[in-house]
Amino acid sequence: MRVLLRNPRRELDLEGITSVATLLHHLDLNPESVLVIVGDELVTNDAPLAPDATVEIRPVISGGADGATAAGSGGGDVS
Amino acid sequence: MTRVPMKCRVCRGPAVIDLKRHNANFCREHFVAYCEEQVRRAIHHFRMLEPGERVLVAVSGGKDSLACWDLLVRLGYAVEGFYLGLGIDTYSDDSLAAATRFADARGLTLHVVDLETTHGFTIPVAAGATHRSPCGACGLSKRHEFNRVARDLGFGVLATGHNLDDEAAVLLGNVLRWETDYLARQHPCLPAEGGFVRKIKPLYRLGEREMAAYCILEGIDYQVDECPMAAGNRHIGFKETLNDLERRSPGSKAAFLFGFLDRMAPLLAQADGPGDAEVHACAGCGEPTTGDVCAFCRLRDKARA
Repeated sequence: MRVLLRNPRRELDLEGITSVATLLHHLDLNPESVLVIVGDELVTNDAPLAPDATVEIRPVISGGADGATAAGSGGGDVS
Repeated sequence: MTRVPMKCRVCRGPAVIDLKRHNANFCREHFVAYCEEQVRRAIHHFRMLEPGERVLVAVSGGKDSLACWDLLVRLGYAVEGFYLGLGIDTYSDDSLAAATRFADARGLTLHVVDLETTHGFTIPVAAGATHRSPCGACGLSKRHEFNRVARDLGFGVLATGHNLDDEAAVLLGNVLRWETDYLARQHPCLPAEGGFVRKIKPLYRLGEREMAAYCILEGIDYQVDECPMAAGNRHIGFKETLNDLERRSPGSKAAFLFGFLDRMAPLLAQADGPGDAEVHACAGCGEPTTGDVCAFCRLRDKARA
């Protein structure tokens, strides 16, 4: 199984993985923080994975604005 | 044992996404309908927009802002996009390309301002010159330029793609330090006042994972790579902490944010605080500020020195 990871982009070859849930567990990834795409299809956490599958694990966490300021609060530039 | 695949809560067809906080799974069609309904509820609950109102949406080329633009158009609003070029190497180039592809494919109007061309500095230069964090310089520049450009283009309302995870992470950061002034201003709809246009966050009911799924399912080719200057910042750390809680107790993030908005934000709005400082026009740029010269102009002047 070929697995593509992002941020940073890298690829892994894994064997013996039979489902999305076991793949995420194997890689110690939180299902809340990623989506899994097989081929071009978004799949659920219980989906089985074929031994020759090409799987993308796409992170969904993004950030930028400093969380402890009003940046995310839209407070405006009044400083 | 035969595996029973997850089924859509609505039609019982094969599901493409599982949402543990709702104890629900959805097929593509009904997930998109769910996203539309969440945005419709957000707009209605906080009276963010009038039917058909013109909106400027701030887009970064990422999943949230492009999904926000797409959903507002679906709901019948007259939406134009605004992209601010930050000068962060190839990341900014790729982000602009994603925003442009989205707009062109749908025949939508995208306004573009480049910080270096218009103001003579980039975010990496500003961060270095001022010893601010890059995210701090970026947030300051965005807030200034979003408001300035919205006013210049004649928009009364600016939408941003802040989602449930963004808002919960900001809330956690502000609660950890009891930043009561910031807490009092954290709201999905800030009214226009003192030179500021109305600011709305139509995605505050939808999670980050849901927005990424929406883009994938709707064929929105967004900028997947993370900003190279944001890696390891405090905001992302708060999100990871909240996701650890969410994994153990689905629905925690929504309960944290929605409970704040329902029960604490009204109390903060009524509380006697230190009072808002008087806002007037910046001597340099004319944008609202409490000082003689606004923070953006000071940042720009230091970056260009």
